[in-house]
Amino acid sequence: MSEADLIVVGGGPAGVEAAIEAARHGLAVTLMDEAPEAGGQVYRATPRAFSGELVRKADPIGVGLRDRLRESRAITLFDHIVWSVSPGFRVDALSPEGPVSRKAPAVIAASGAQERVVPFPGWTRPEVVGLAAATIMLKSQGILPGQLTLLAGQGPLLLAVAIGILKAGGRVAAIIDLASRSEWLADWPALASRPDLALRGFLWQAKLRNAGVPILYRHAIRLVEEVAEGQVQVTVGPVAANGAALDDIDRIFQVDAVAVGNGLTASTDITRLLRATHHFEALRGGWVPTLDAEYRSSVPGLYVAGDGAGLAGAAAAACDGRLAGLVAARDLGALSQQAYETAAAPLRRSAARARRFGTAMARLMALRPAQVEAIPPETVLCRCEDVTRADITAAAAEGARTLNQLKAWTRCGMGPCQGRICGDVIGAALAAEGCSREQAGYFTGRTPFRPLPLDQLAGTVAYADLKLPPPAPL
Amino acid sequence: MEESQSSRKPKTLRAAGVKRGEAVRFFFDGRPIDAYRGESVATALRAAGILVLRRSPRIDAPRGSFCWMGLCQECTVVADGVRRPACRLEVAEGMVIASGTVP
Repeated sequence: MSEADLIVVGGGPAGVEAAIEAARHGLAVTLMDEAPEAGGQVYRATPRAFSGELVRKADPIGVGLRDRLRESRAITLFDHIVWSVSPGFRVDALSPEGPVSRKAPAVIAASGAQERVVPFPGWTRPEVVGLAAATIMLKSQGILPGQLTLLAGQGPLLLAVAIGILKAGGRVAAIIDLASRSEWLADWPALASRPDLALRGFLWQAKLRNAGVPILYRHAIRLVEEVAEGQVQVTVGPVAANGAALDDIDRIFQVDAVAVGNGLTASTDITRLLRATHHFEALRGGWVPTLDAEYRSSVPGLYVAGDGAGLAGAAAAACDGRLAGLVAARDLGALSQQAYETAAAPLRRSAARARRFGTAMARLMALRPAQVEAIPPETVLCRCEDVTRADITAAAAEGARTLNQLKAWTRCGMGPCQGRICGDVIGAALAAEGCSREQAGYFTGRTPFRPLPLDQLAGTVAYADLKLPPPAPL
Repeated sequence: MEESQSSRKPKTLRAAGVKRGEAVRFFFDGRPIDAYRGESVATALRAAGILVLRRSPRIDAPRGSFCWMGLCQECTVVADGVRRPACRLEVAEGMVIASGTVP
């Protein structure tokens, strides 16, 4: 007996919309997420202990999402860290009260995306954080990354974080953008599909100009070094369109914080653990689960929606989530084919429109061919295990051909983050040694998804409770 | 001692206009840290000018909070005897935090 028809893992826009839609059509839905409230990273709620007024104005979409979820019949389990999904399906999580496990014949994986950072010497220093991390500091915690912050990398978060810092009363030393100005403009037709967002982009640019924040296009960080306690010197230099470092004049900045991000990669913990078929798509966030037109993975009953299915942005994630919820409702018999078609048709059009914009953004965030090749050999790639680019090169020379082999050779991806931070870059680094990303593959999915204290997972066990097998006959 | 630490910073990193929860005090490696309910341990430590939370396992390099969403585990500290990512742990009155990952 299952307690639920459908379990949705992930409380971002895709997961919440999927849960609301499936529950609306009569499915018993349980939604699980490790955060205290819905919203995911993009619409992350501020802590309940903070006054809500500022937030309600700043994040109307997130507030609306949470309100509609509360009104829906979906059961929500927040503060639940999902650490395993096993076939059939059984979802295991750790809640503040202890271990929790739920069963359902269908699962929608909506685990979103994670940030990719292309390493440079010094990126492991504590003054350096992710761009997405800076967003969380500003939006959810109301704190500046530093007194004076340098922003670097690629993609739309650069501008968003710069504006966030200025609004919060901080200072931005410079924006170091891998893209050229013309690359931003090349996506104009796609941006024009969302005039509201395009206009916001223009206003942001004007605001940065007024604040005197320099934007260095086609540049990247070469090096971060400590100069005094809490102060770092950042060396920045020009790069070619393919991301290769150009031998030209470098510029130096002294700051107390650096936020860097090079786009996002799809979070595929659940689909990889369940051994669903994946394929490599550089423009959609690396290794992504292979889906049919109705969000089904190769594992029966396992659906995927949102950025975890391939990057398309928050607006597309919301549409895809609703559609995946509808598909699940129909597949489980709660909705007739005709009712499904009627409900799905307008959503499909919105999803296609939202995807155009999201795809243009994903293009700016995609890894460029020579970006990883430009990383100096002594640079740490895997932060957990301190594995350098030179270690990867040496292992490849000795015969490591896949990411899993590389893991056995060097321990890269074996640490507490399980390759979530470095996996895509390690894949590109191995490919740079002379194989394709397809040959290099990806780290095999393993449990637990997050490091968890074993004593909390096990709960309290008395020795007498243990079922001992009968002794083997002599 | 704590006074001189905080006066070294000309301005607070806490954004003005955000109404935080009630004041709480916790301890990081024995040093009292003032914070507000709703803040994560990572936030409170950064605001107090403390960036180094642990050392890396092989080259012993200083590390601190990096991804702020519970993925990278770089900000792992020992909170009241249990290993926890500081970015996912809300401050509480009297909480005892130790740097490093060994309980």
